[in-house]
Amino acid sequence: MDEAAASGVELRVTGLSIRFDGLVAVENMSFEVRNGEVLSLIGPNGAGKTSAFNAITGFLRASSGEITYRGRRLNGLKPHQIAKMGLVRTFQKTSVFDGRSVLDNVLIGLHLQSRQTPAAIMLGLPSVKREERALEAAARDILRFVGLDARPRELGSALPYGEQRLLEVAVALAASPKLLLLDEPVSGMNPAEKADFMKTLARIRARDVTVLLVEHDMRTVMGVSDRVIVLNQGRIIADGPPADIQRNPDVIRAYLGERYARAHG
Amino acid sequence: MILGGTYALLGIGLTLIFGIMRVVNFTHGELYAFGAYMMFMWVMRLHVNFFVALPLAVGLGVALGALIEIVLLRRLQGADIDTTMLVMIGAWIAMQNAEQLAWSGVAQSIKMPFPSQPLVLGPVSIGWERLFVFVVALALIGLTYYLIDRTRLGKAMRATFQDRETSMLMGIDVKRINTATFALGSGLAAAAGALLGPVFVVQPDMGDLASLKAFAIVILGGLGNITGATIGGFILAFMEEAGAGYISSGFRDGMGFLLIIVILIFKPTGLFARKERIG
Amino acid sequence: MRHLSTVAWLLFLVSVPLWLRSPYFLHVLIITGIFTIAAMSLNLLLGYTGQLSLGHVAFFGIGAYTSALMSLGFDVSVTESWKLVVAPKPVAISLAVAIVVSAFFGWLIGRLSFKVRGAYFVIVSVSFAEVVRLVALNWVALTQGPMALNNIPPVTLWLPVLGVYRFLAKTSNYYLMLAVAVISYVVIARLVRSRAGRAMIALRENEALATSVGVDVTRYLVLATVVSAAIAGTAGALYAHYVRIVDPDIFLFIYTVTMVIMVVTGGKGTLAGPIVGGLIFGIVPEVLRVVAGPEVQWIIYGALMILIVYFLPKGIVPALGNAWQGWRDARRASIDALASAPAARDGGA
Repeated sequence: MDEAAASGVELRVTGLSIRFDGLVAVENMSFEVRNGEVLSLIGPNGAGKTSAFNAITGFLRASSGEITYRGRRLNGLKPHQIAKMGLVRTFQKTSVFDGRSVLDNVLIGLHLQSRQTPAAIMLGLPSVKREERALEAAARDILRFVGLDARPRELGSALPYGEQRLLEVAVALAASPKLLLLDEPVSGMNPAEKADFMKTLARIRARDVTVLLVEHDMRTVMGVSDRVIVLNQGRIIADGPPADIQRNPDVIRAYLGERYARAHG
Repeated sequence: MILGGTYALLGIGLTLIFGIMRVVNFTHGELYAFGAYMMFMWVMRLHVNFFVALPLAVGLGVALGALIEIVLLRRLQGADIDTTMLVMIGAWIAMQNAEQLAWSGVAQSIKMPFPSQPLVLGPVSIGWERLFVFVVALALIGLTYYLIDRTRLGKAMRATFQDRETSMLMGIDVKRINTATFALGSGLAAAAGALLGPVFVVQPDMGDLASLKAFAIVILGGLGNITGATIGGFILAFMEEAGAGYISSGFRDGMGFLLIIVILIFKPTGLFARKERIG
Repeated sequence: MRHLSTVAWLLFLVSVPLWLRSPYFLHVLIITGIFTIAAMSLNLLLGYTGQLSLGHVAFFGIGAYTSALMSLGFDVSVTESWKLVVAPKPVAISLAVAIVVSAFFGWLIGRLSFKVRGAYFVIVSVSFAEVVRLVALNWVALTQGPMALNNIPPVTLWLPVLGVYRFLAKTSNYYLMLAVAVISYVVIARLVRSRAGRAMIALRENEALATSVGVDVTRYLVLATVVSAAIAGTAGALYAHYVRIVDPDIFLFIYTVTMVIMVVTGGKGTLAGPIVGGLIFGIVPEVLRVVAGPEVQWIIYGALMILIVYFLPKGIVPALGNAWQGWRDARRASIDALASAPAARDGGA
């Protein structure tokens, strides 16, 4: 099972293609995510980034290709099964449990950490109560980690935008991910919030979590990533450290167009 | 076969409402009963000519549908589906009991102005009433087709069904479309009731089974699919006859429900469902 | 604080037969209680898990018929040559079988509800209840059809101190109902406040997010329906052994509607909601009976439902909760104002 230890590869995507109704979202995409790294997936809108995410995490069926995590095949598995294996994702559109408190949100995230069976719950066994207390303590720890421990009883929907996004990350972290997939985590944030996020990301890294990031914000991407993969129209056009990517002519052409590329070489 | 035609009317009415407005319309059956009761009132109590009472009943059905939409559903724009559902249930309860109060729970019958001698065409003999109902039902189905396919209103309704938000952006007054849709659907239900009421009997709870059968037809034919609803209506009528023969006559009404359950197990979006994008 | 008021309520409810003179009203309370138990179970499905299940009365009726048939004994020709004969069983066993059978149907519906979503599921659930009703009506060999199952024995249990006890009298049935209600409430409360309850609420609120953190949607949908059906079946069985006569009318859609009204007006997704709703819609009809005929009553309920949906969309209990919170905040504000005033006065002197 521990191909990860042997080869250092967490996630391997081979020949991934995603087609809907004649539209090709992703074409023959192959890449790896290595143990402990922060890998960013960038590209213009419609390049296929979120589709790739959805396929990896089981929200979408790949038309062809293979996705393996530490040697185990992910194709066809349901999202909750993939989460159980240690891959947890966030969503492009802010997703929290609106009607629940901040604390409850994280408690839901801790779902997999708990062993309470329905029978034990209904019988009211003392082990259930003990576990609930432990879960609440764990939830508060996570909230402290992201910096949201001030108002645990506040409704998710009542939080300001930046804090909602932090809550999203907290919920994802509660599920104890080994590979965390973040879909546009800083979109809509102001510069101060983005800087805070980068610090949080550094702390997440320090906990041995591998991160796969989809983002548009170049400063964030270049600031946190070990490696960057660039997508355009469903295909990978570049793969390397941030410095190389910034100078890559194909990348410049894809983002800024042919004329700019020719003008700036 | 007359059942097929009238069931189709019921089904088309509901598939439009359910499809375009996404409302679980529990009052549909009550409009059916309303149509029948209007016929009863005009023909038997007020002694109006049968052929005049018929369009009158349908017209009143359309008006009542519009009224319900404006008074009850307008302010529920954007509410979740259970809220609208509950309001519809409340309206259904109120309507049925109002009908019971007004005309008592006793089954009533309506006289039809047709000769009792059936029409004989070669080996087949058809009762005049049944022929009339069948023809009118087909005419109404045809009229609905024309409305949806050819008129501007129909185009707007189809657009709203496909994509609500884009339709709004293109200047279609979705509120008006909702009212029109609900009114039209209710009118069709009332027509079905007005046609079948005289053939069978009229009683306050006749709407309940009608509602459920209408839902069965919608599922058979696919949401918003008028052709599907038409075919579905005939299929249901046929299956009821078959069920009555093979299982037991008491179970005739149950065929619709069995059909629903079986179909939805295998094709969760209906038999002829058009491609619907979810989410 | 919470425990104190709960204990007080319980004591009050336990004391009722001691001072309530009218046996008729006690009967009303028992029936109301039975329906409230069913409403609580529906709340688990409709309120907490967000499943639009409008066929709930099917579980109630299945519980009633199963327990009645088991305790009366039955024989039915399953095929041409094979006849299934079941001798009458003690009521305790019949009850247990009824709960298991209801739970089984709950499991079936639970599995189905995952495939069929939203408004379609509403239709499926209603259809299911109708099919069951028609089966009960037409399979006369098994269920006696419209002629009803008669002379169902009352609940007979072994109790400490009292020995083998027949729950024949109204008072004893009242306590039986109360015991079942309390147990059901406790089971539901425990579920709701646990990881399972959180999973159910999560899949109601944001299913995609729930699955992304590992919540198995099918598993919790099925759990909710099974528990819900089992409790509703228990209520149905209680009903059968109390009223001691059961006919296919028990499956009428109107009873599902009654339960839905109780849950929604009381407050879906709250523990107290169905109880408040149950009491209102169980007792108010009796009060109204004096002044108005049945049709008018139902028109009033219809109107009431619509009004509550418009003005108190979350139901009565949450509305009261908000009002209570508002009152407390206002009081706190005025106390703070008072506290600061004397200092100003003293300062002047």
